[in-house]
Amino acid sequence: MARTLYGKLWDTHVVAEADGKALLYIDRHLLHEVSTPQSFEALREDGLTVRRPETQLAVADHSVPTHDRDKPIDDRQAAAQVALLERNCAAFGIEYLPLAGNDQGIVHVIGPELGFTLPGITLVCGDSHTSTHGAFGALAFGIGASECGTVMATQTLWQARARTMRVTFTGRLAPGVSAKDMALAFIGEVGASGAVGHAVEYAGEAVAALSMEGRMTLCNMTIEAGARTGLVAPDETTFAYLRDRPRAPRGEQWDAAVAFWRTLASDADAAFDREIVIAADGIAPHVTFGTSPDQVVPLGTVLPADARFDRALHYMDLRPGDAMEGVPIDHAFIGSCTNGRLEDLRAAAAVIRGRHVADGVRALVVPGSMRVKAAAEAEGLDRLFVAAGFEWREPGCSLCVAMNDDRLPPGARCASTSNRNFEGRQGAGARTHLMSPAMVAAAALAGRIVDVRQVAR
Amino acid sequence: MKPLSTVTGQAISLREADVDTDIIYPARFLLVTEKKGLGAYAFADRRATPGFPIGEDNDRGILIAGPNFGCGSSREQAPWAIGDLGIRVVIAESFGEIFYGNCFRNGMLPIRLDAAQVAALHDVAEAGGTIDVDLAARTVSAAGDVLPFDIADDRREALLNGWNDTLRILALHQDDVSRFEAAQRRAAPWLWTARI
Ligand code: SF4
Repeated sequence: MARTLYGKLWDTHVVAEADGKALLYIDRHLLHEVSTPQSFEALREDGLTVRRPETQLAVADHSVPTHDRDKPIDDRQAAAQVALLERNCAAFGIEYLPLAGNDQGIVHVIGPELGFTLPGITLVCGDSHTSTHGAFGALAFGIGASECGTVMATQTLWQARARTMRVTFTGRLAPGVSAKDMALAFIGEVGASGAVGHAVEYAGEAVAALSMEGRMTLCNMTIEAGARTGLVAPDETTFAYLRDRPRAPRGEQWDAAVAFWRTLASDADAAFDREIVIAADGIAPHVTFGTSPDQVVPLGTVLPADARFDRALHYMDLRPGDAMEGVPIDHAFIGSCTNGRLEDLRAAAAVIRGRHVADGVRALVVPGSMRVKAAAEAEGLDRLFVAAGFEWREPGCSLCVAMNDDRLPPGARCASTSNRNFEGRQGAGARTHLMSPAMVAAAALAGRIVDVRQVAR
Repeated sequence: MKPLSTVTGQAISLREADVDTDIIYPARFLLVTEKKGLGAYAFADRRATPGFPIGEDNDRGILIAGPNFGCGSSREQAPWAIGDLGIRVVIAESFGEIFYGNCFRNGMLPIRLDAAQVAALHDVAEAGGTIDVDLAARTVSAAGDVLPFDIADDRREALLNGWNDTLRILALHQDDVSRFEAAQRRAAPWLWTARI
């Protein structure tokens, strides 16, 4: 029978079945400091060990400071949390990538760049944006802390099979439009809970044309439509990205792996429970106006009058009929697991060349990982950002979640490349507008939201 | 895990849609590495809002919520915090998927009902009426109506018995897992290299 990519990934990981569910084998587990303290505690309470420590990899990213990393962490709670992760990993035999090392970064950035993430695997992490890794054709999804404990002890999880949704982006993106805009357009179309219960596969010409970075951006934001899993079938772009990554297979094993990975595409006649088609060539840059990622408009339109948005618009201090172009911003953030990779920094840098951040705007660039940072510095991007008035920071989640001291004051308005514009996400009372890296750069320079396509080169 | 079979009493009504996990448990409190006592931080940024229905002095075991409740992050602190306030049942039209699953692992029962049924329960809750949740019978009863709800059999059984997922898998499926691993080692040896 014809199968979808999701169906193939599922079928190759079933350990047992009961009550319409499957006990799925979990190949890889990424850990970070915030979602695992209680998972390790649960193992201790029940006297359990980790079944395959070599399949687990830990890094601190959420609560780490992005400056003065040569000094001890200032915040007492954050310091304790990071130290606890390191201790727990040592106690249970799990590899921990140290804060001061060359491999540290946001979990969803380092997994792929180390080749820890591979096509055809199941991968979980106590973090909803684990959907990112689906860009490689891996069945990847976010789990809670209890499940992290279950995975460590058993290497499995009981899961209900999701329905399938295919999102086909026809045509090619116009200049100035990126994967972030594709993600926002999709979320705007289906809504924040529109894909709940589904595994989403992205397909079509515009997806095939995306780099791995772009595909990761797209899969990353799948959770904002309610789906835990986003997928792109692996292809030559995927293999070229993974070849020679530190933990990717080598030699004969590489060849065998690639031969298998080539089978990981939905069969031509596979049926999806739901099909959505979006014309990629018609997508304009998107900006969120509200406090949920589906409260989003393409540039060139005005905010809708709809009672459902009353609370959000009040929080955001905006009104129906307003255009997003021209809305003044006082903060700009380039980073996160959505848009903190090299390609994202390059896209922002390309807009900046020679110009300076507007007066009254505080702008931050937080590379997604030490490797991204090093690569960007090798190209001179750090100097370019600093000369333009941006702060150049150390890798971490930073203003995406505001758990460290990168936090906005009440009433601040931020153009941000992150993935959630929830109330208080970047600091209690702060307002977040999600958009692409190029759009954030343009907004930082103008001091207001502008159409990056109209910023003179 | 604490078993759950019936919960009866007055309920809290929170009608707002898309109440995300950042609202339920603001990120800055994620620095806390404990699991107990998190009710102190539940809805921390909302409590000051006049008329907000949930406070630390909560004595109601049932929450009637708006659609897409618990969307957003995977943080299990969201159900831990709500559970710490004594809430064991959350009824809504729909839930964030990870939050929904997390509830079961903590002895809490999320119930999906259709929009009209949830609206009626909001009215009952606001009027101070009693709501009766019976997991064994799979029903919610209020104001003379008995509303059946769907729940997966395995989840219902686990909750009724207070089973722990991890220990059940270890007790029942060790051999299945070993068999799977042996087969995968042959089929996909690149997943089994010494350094991953
Ligand atoms: S960057 Fe943001 S979304 Fe990504 S893992 Fe960190 S906190 Fe989560």
